[in-house]
Amino acid sequence: MSSTPIATTRNVMDVPTGRLAVWWVLASEIVIFGGLLSSYVMMRLRHGAWAEQAAHTNTWVGAFNTLVLLTSSLSAVLAHHAAERGDGPRAATLLRYTILGGGIFVLVKSFEWTHEIEQGFTITSSLFWSFYYTAAGLHAAHVIAGMVIMFIVARTAARNEALHRVENIGIYWHFVDVVWIFLFPLLYIAK
Amino acid sequence: MIAGYATHAAHRDEGLIKKYLWSTDHKIIAMQYLFTGMLMALIGGFTVYVFRMQLAFPGQPVPLFGRVSAATYNSLVTMHGTIMIFWVAMPVLLAAFGNFLIPLMLGCDDMVFPKVNRLSYQVFLLSAIVLVASFFVPHGAFGGAWTAYPPLSARSTYNLTPYGSTLWVIAVALEFAAFLLGGVNFVTTAMNSRAPGMTMFDVPLVVWMIVIASVLFMASVGPLLAGAVMLLLDQTLGTGFYDPATGGDPVLWQHLFWFFGHPEVYVVLLPAMGIVAEVIAVFSRKKIFGYKTIVYTAVATGVISFFVWAHHQFIAGIDPRMASLFTVTTLIISVPIAEMVFLYIATLYGGSITLTTPMLWALSFIAEFMIGGVTGIFLGAAGSDIYLHDTYFVLAHFHYTFFPIAIIGTFTGVTFWFPKMFGRMMSERLGKIHFWGTIIAFNFIFIPLFITGAAGDQRRVYNHLGFPDLATPWRQDLRIVATMALVTMLAFQPIFIFNFIRSMFKGALAGANPWRANTLEWLAPSPPPHGNFAELPVVYRGPYEYSAEDREEDFWPQHIPGGMPTPAETAVHGQWQA
Repeated sequence: MSSTPIATTRNVMDVPTGRLAVWWVLASEIVIFGGLLSSYVMMRLRHGAWAEQAAHTNTWVGAFNTLVLLTSSLSAVLAHHAAERGDGPRAATLLRYTILGGGIFVLVKSFEWTHEIEQGFTITSSLFWSFYYTAAGLHAAHVIAGMVIMFIVARTAARNEALHRVENIGIYWHFVDVVWIFLFPLLYIAK
Repeated sequence: MIAGYATHAAHRDEGLIKKYLWSTDHKIIAMQYLFTGMLMALIGGFTVYVFRMQLAFPGQPVPLFGRVSAATYNSLVTMHGTIMIFWVAMPVLLAAFGNFLIPLMLGCDDMVFPKVNRLSYQVFLLSAIVLVASFFVPHGAFGGAWTAYPPLSARSTYNLTPYGSTLWVIAVALEFAAFLLGGVNFVTTAMNSRAPGMTMFDVPLVVWMIVIASVLFMASVGPLLAGAVMLLLDQTLGTGFYDPATGGDPVLWQHLFWFFGHPEVYVVLLPAMGIVAEVIAVFSRKKIFGYKTIVYTAVATGVISFFVWAHHQFIAGIDPRMASLFTVTTLIISVPIAEMVFLYIATLYGGSITLTTPMLWALSFIAEFMIGGVTGIFLGAAGSDIYLHDTYFVLAHFHYTFFPIAIIGTFTGVTFWFPKMFGRMMSERLGKIHFWGTIIAFNFIFIPLFITGAAGDQRRVYNHLGFPDLATPWRQDLRIVATMALVTMLAFQPIFIFNFIRSMFKGALAGANPWRANTLEWLAPSPPPHGNFAELPVVYRGPYEYSAEDREEDFWPQHIPGGMPTPAETAVHGQWQA
């Protein structure tokens, strides 16, 4: 279907429909990660011995990735600013910086995992490593999904079309950030 | 607006595949969900026929199926539960009626995100295909019960269905993804796209209920999705999230499952309650008694439903203090539901009741659901549950709630909105024969099972005759009564299918508003064209203004101007409209 329904253009709550939808998506995402992380925390509290396993994670690599991801959110915010000014091409460029940040994050993560697996810490090594790979893997899947969507949004934004999407993908990206801010201390710092 | 309607109409000439598989029209998507759900109900109905025959006549070959092995029995029981809840109740009550009614009742031309809506159905269809395909893989469909408790579900050496169990988890996860996509659409549409003049308290109850149910679903399914990922990894990679040998915990799954599973009861109950509310108002020609109270109690039910889940785990070794806590919350949640039932009865009181087929279904919903609700009290209290747990009493209780929800609720909605969906009336005579045959037989299935259950019959037993205590003749007689009643009930269903298909083509023409109802969907032509309304309506009053004084007609549609709003309505308008 080519034409947008009139329903989509209505705005009873005075919040743009797209943004409203993104918030609802995030609400359901929060409980996905919430369920996983509270399972992890409940079990971790019962198993003090997991700290020995957690000691093998590389805090510095995790910290570097935290920095990369947070910086990538900065360019997402600047992209939103540019989009609000109506400067689509600028917003597209900034979004591509964010994609680059996500790319570095995933790249570092894959080197990190390769190293850990080579050392013998696989997903079946112990329950700590099961949670480690599951939680970080689910998060990385969200990072990659965000990069793909951002790529599409950047392409239309460069033509000055559908600029409201720049903000929406930005909200999602901040959420991915926030999840990582929970994961980093839980998986790397708590030893 | 007329111009918009014309451009919509111009898009109608599409190919058949494009129209029915690739459509973004909310009504077509609703029909896709409805027919997929009804098709899955046939599979679910066939599985129960086979395993009930096995229970009544153990070891005898079942007509149309053959001899049932113990492993097949497990698969059939598992698939019956899974299909009926996730592939019948949810797609029909939530997705089919939600998609059909929300835009029409809110005076929209479509959902806010038609393409997301289409994707939702496509993912759902994929999930259904994966689930049905699991019947045909080596060792058959998943046999670890629909609640999929580990370690039974996590190790194929226990459940004996290595491929079926993995396909089951994948299908369920896909299905949840589909409903998350749908839920975002429902909630956003209801929040942002109501017709001009329509305040939150002018929204028909069924839309309220579907939206509250969608929010409940979105807020509760996440932990189970995470749990499903963990179960999948346990099954395929050999992790030990639920395996005590590696420090995991099988009860963790029970928490994740029921944290979703109990709100899920209300996810399907609330839409059915909403459908019944619409039908009761129309056929008693009375304003709904306590409209706002119903909305508030539905919200309260939704909130409380997040704090009752562990009543499914009283014998799973949870702390007795926690069990007392969950007993209290469980007993509390019956209060708002009882209140809703009272309000429905108060709506009926003094109304001019017409016993049409949809009204019969709606009334039977209230009666049968009350039996389910009252027997639930015994199971919510830890003391009596420890005795009744995992007996046929639980099963009978559960079916006295879910049969009214999934089956009676669906029949109520389909018979009521059929004229809108297809532009023709269903046969009342066939409808009533089908109604009485189904309802009487239904009670003969489950009342005997309450008795055998209270006497200690365990669930999930392949052949009761293998246990001397359970093999007494009177118990077996009651099992045979239940099975015969089931076969009778299933035998009445072709009448409905015949009535449905025949009425689609040969029923009397319905016109736009055959029931003389108030809500906006009855303003649109039957069936509504692409774009729904010739001119998008403006709303002037609440949805239940029946038998208003000083009006000739006994109904007062929402879109007709005139009449002064009450001070309360003005206050509400001022509040929500600003």
